[in-house]
Amino acid sequence: MAVREGLLALLQEGPRHGYQLKTEFEAATGGVWPLNVGQVYTTLDRLERDGLVGVRVQHGDDGPGQKVYAITTDGTAALGEWWDAVPSEDPPPRDELMLKVLMAIDRGRDHAMRVVTHQRTVLTSLLQAKRRERKVAAAAEISLAERLVTEALVARAEADLRWLDVCESQLQSQPASRRKNGGS
Amino acid sequence: MDETTSAALELIDVVKGFGSGSTAVRALNGVSLRIEPGELVAVMGPSGCGKSTLLHLAGAMDEPSAGRVLVQGRDLGDLGVTERATLRRTVVGYVFQRLNLLASLTAVENVALPLELDGAGVRQARRRAVDALGAVGITESIDRYPDDFSGGEQQRIAIARAIVGERAVLLADEPTGALDTATGDGVIELIASLPERFGTAVVLVTHEPRFASWADRVVFMRDGRIVDQTSPLVGIAPMSAAVAP
Repeated sequence: MAVREGLLALLQEGPRHGYQLKTEFEAATGGVWPLNVGQVYTTLDRLERDGLVGVRVQHGDDGPGQKVYAITTDGTAALGEWWDAVPSEDPPPRDELMLKVLMAIDRGRDHAMRVVTHQRTVLTSLLQAKRRERKVAAAAEISLAERLVTEALVARAEADLRWLDVCESQLQSQPASRRKNGGS
Repeated sequence: MDETTSAALELIDVVKGFGSGSTAVRALNGVSLRIEPGELVAVMGPSGCGKSTLLHLAGAMDEPSAGRVLVQGRDLGDLGVTERATLRRTVVGYVFQRLNLLASLTAVENVALPLELDGAGVRQARRRAVDALGAVGITESIDRYPDDFSGGEQQRIAIARAIVGERAVLLADEPTGALDTATGDGVIELIASLPERFGTAVVLVTHEPRFASWADRVVFMRDGRIVDQTSPLVGIAPMSAAVAP
């Protein structure tokens, strides 16, 4: 999870309160990555422990003081490394889809074809639903972050569909049943 | 689905074979498909699955080996050669991947052609062609030749020719195949707007999921059969929105 780095990125713009970080993080990620306040403070405590953020208490006119967090020099360096690092896919996206198709192939070609066909229909339905959402959203004011999140989902569904096409064409050139212990 | 009204297009147990003996191929092997007025259906499947054959039969450009093809309730098998030709000019429009336009005619002449072939006067045909070009967003340079237009604009002109005269059915065979993604998006958006604007029933053959996702329903073919389809969308344009040929 890149919540640590997300918070550092926000802090690089200037010192922030914990709750302010929560709302700004959620706005920046198009509302698809909700954080609870506890998670924010736990992450900030770890960042402080590791020397990546500093904290001071700001005393108001009334009530107890509020903690204000600021990025340190080490924090800025860590954030710089993160911008340059290539994101690792762990686990790979749609891991379950791949597992499902591979297990289906193990049961025989015909069963695998049925699974591939059904998964493709479901994924295409998802794309249709996203398209309709986008049509509605086009008329409304939505943020760039929200638009890009939707585009990411669409692009991933398309990639999965392309992979299913490859599975289908490879399966068609296979003999009808490959199950080790007989039919399917 | 309301079975009492005519579908815009209906295929019933359609079989289409090519060749004979050991080299015989069944391009379509028992396909049934009903498309309502104002419905956009995308057809997907690997090369050779029968998608294009399905369009040829729906467009009365070929005849099935068995089964029936009905356009607005009329069985194409009952039509003579002349009636089929009339149907291709007045009821069903066709857009291909490329080579849609006649290079020696201007944009507006290309669009007016089916009307003139159907006996419309030159002036009336031109007026309706100008309207159809306007409907696809081509309002300038309409007296220029196809080569003067970009690939995306040429496809828009081809679509105008395919819908001029208020056709009930538009058949589009990979209409974005020769276009870049952004231009293709624009062409598909235009095609997807036709059912709502004119009540046109559209069959869109594509291998691009992003384009198929504009459809109300996506049909998947393999080995000459329909193997699956997504659920149809509710809210298809009412019959009253459909236009008479």
